[in-house]
Amino acid sequence: MRLNGAQILCEGLVKEGVDVIFGFPGGRVIQFFDTFAQYPQLHFVLVRHEQAAAHAADAYARVTGRVGCCVATSGPGATNLVTGIATAHLDSAPMVAITGQVDRPSLGRDAFQEIDITGITLPITKHNYLVMNADEMAETVKEAFHIAGTGRPGPVLIDVPSDVWVEQSEFKYPEKVDLPGYKSVVKVYPEQVKKAAKAISGAKCPIIIAGNGVIISDAYAELKELAEKAQIPVINTLLGIGCFPQKHVLYYGMTGMHGMAYANYALSEADLIIAIGMRFDDRVTSKLSTFAPRADVVHIDIDAAEIGKNVKANVPVVGDIREVLTELNKDIEKQSHADWLNQIDQYRAEHPSHEIRDCANILPQNVVRAIAEVSGGDAIIVTGVGQHQMWAAQHSIINKPKSFVSSGGLGTMGYSLPAAIGAQMGRPGETVWSIDGDGSFQMTLQELATIQQERLPIKIAILNNGYLGMVRQWQEFFWGKRYVATPITGPDFVKIAAAYGVPGEVVSDRNEVKAAIEKATNYDGPYLLDFRIEPEENVFPMVKLGSAICELLEQPKSEVKTW
Amino acid sequence: MVASIKHTLVASVEDKPGVLNRVASLFRRRGFNIESIAVGHSEIAGLSRMTIVVDGANTAVEQVEKQLYKLVDVVKVTDITSDSMVARELALVKISSTTATRSEILQIVDIFRANIVDVAPDSVMVEVTGDENKIDSLLDLLKGFGIKELVRTGRVAMVRGTDGGSPIDEESVQKITRRRKK
Repeated sequence: MRLNGAQILCEGLVKEGVDVIFGFPGGRVIQFFDTFAQYPQLHFVLVRHEQAAAHAADAYARVTGRVGCCVATSGPGATNLVTGIATAHLDSAPMVAITGQVDRPSLGRDAFQEIDITGITLPITKHNYLVMNADEMAETVKEAFHIAGTGRPGPVLIDVPSDVWVEQSEFKYPEKVDLPGYKSVVKVYPEQVKKAAKAISGAKCPIIIAGNGVIISDAYAELKELAEKAQIPVINTLLGIGCFPQKHVLYYGMTGMHGMAYANYALSEADLIIAIGMRFDDRVTSKLSTFAPRADVVHIDIDAAEIGKNVKANVPVVGDIREVLTELNKDIEKQSHADWLNQIDQYRAEHPSHEIRDCANILPQNVVRAIAEVSGGDAIIVTGVGQHQMWAAQHSIINKPKSFVSSGGLGTMGYSLPAAIGAQMGRPGETVWSIDGDGSFQMTLQELATIQQERLPIKIAILNNGYLGMVRQWQEFFWGKRYVATPITGPDFVKIAAAYGVPGEVVSDRNEVKAAIEKATNYDGPYLLDFRIEPEENVFPMVKLGSAICELLEQPKSEVKTW
Repeated sequence: MVASIKHTLVASVEDKPGVLNRVASLFRRRGFNIESIAVGHSEIAGLSRMTIVVDGANTAVEQVEKQLYKLVDVVKVTDITSDSMVARELALVKISSTTATRSEILQIVDIFRANIVDVAPDSVMVEVTGDENKIDSLLDLLKGFGIKELVRTGRVAMVRGTDGGSPIDEESVQKITRRRKK
């Protein structure tokens, strides 16, 4: 069958199971967009800025586990994708980004809207391609989806010169890929699993840190089995939220810079860390030389390069998390760590970390809790970056995996709204809450237009404190309270929303928080709530930069009331 | 500080545009300090072979190996430092010479089993092959005459005997061959 490059790409997308493409047109992708009419099974979502297309594709991937897809034109279209691609790269989200390029005769001549996007994205993609003729297209698409979605997932970019879109080629979709340098299946070494089992049975104070890898690998049942069988307490990273039942007796919350104090204490006292699908980010370890001084480390990850990168592993186990844990569980015998668990319970009693002070104004933590209460923990929570992100992480209830969506590695402000679009497209029947800050929201609020255009019933909660709050908090603690460039004004968000056709309201009375959230939840369509919160509320606990994770700033006890 | 150990890595990579860029970009971004890198065709069509020298004192060699492996175009990476290997470098040196000094230069070149490959009225060009120490020693001796120009290839290396340092499995070879036919 003779097809042109654009048709071959579309055929490939259909074969790979793509149903939604987020993007924005331009001169070098006209030919590709023109083909969409022939492929009604591909739903195209027009965003208002290419960055949003990448975030939406990324979040779509995170909530479904399938490869997300976005498209932009050459030059500025492609560079606008960059932040979104980098966000996906650092959080291992599978994504295929397609960009148009100037035609082949113009390549390298600084033609209008020519930019070397494969060069630019080299360090922020798992792999990328410049398709130099239509004959390569089918194989490239096959490879791109294979690479993006297998192993440790990540973004792959396909750059297509505009004359390749219209070049004819014989279409035959390859059944398998021939990638000599890429192994999607990692063989698990049984002796390493045995060593891990031995280390676990020998430990007195073991602790599991579970990360994004558990979610990507769908290894929840296996993780639970391991924890229960060996009676090991479980803490998770920011991106690990939802990988272990939060009401479980062995669950001890999030660790890290704004983790629960007791989780960080436990980590510091542990004699064995079982790190599962996490990469010892500095927001987890803080100062490396002081991190978990007593612990040996069993590090399980599908990416061998993560093992030993930041923290030395005594027992490295490379492999898919679910596969490794399945094998490991066979070798694990029933254990009991009653004393150790009691000790952590004691830490929790002394340093509850979850307590909220009394305040006449609305406290952001209470907004997050009200959302959790109203949704019963069944909503998908999508955050921006900053204080609100940490409050959302600390106080949300997440019943299902793949339901807490946040930019962890790159920390991309403006992520929430476009990511909420991707999340809602990926799981249409579910409630999606975009919990955002007033600073973060202003970076991508143009996507209200996309929400309205696609009739997406996304609920938006802006925790509005008039500050770029996380930086303000640092200035308060470490920079002599000099609030340089952190007080930030905003427009009337309700009016802005109304202009886009999205209803909303301001909430400034703490007694009206829950009712407003119920109203938004029950509203048939998107709804925006502008919560005017206590302006200088801080995120606690907080590990000071350069300290050990057990040296935390906590909510001053005098201010705490029991709830 | 780790003692300075020069590690020799052999990387077999697909012979495609941009591969060297990917490798170089990785080294730069991760702050890996590379002493030398030499690239050329291997015995398998479609496969290039890189010899990379890394100083273990300032760079985590295991990370270099693992990060290289993550590049899709990199088929195999082997650290052959502890293997018995032949390591060679080639240098071309242009040395100032006069009729008075030429014979002295020739003697030194002979001792090092190097060759004079070009003679001009005021210079000679010397070609020398050997390990880095040998080339360094020769350059030391020639320095006095005045080195006008110098080029070195960086190390290439191969493991002795039949085992081979970086054998590519048959499946990968077939994949590379299939890719070339397309």
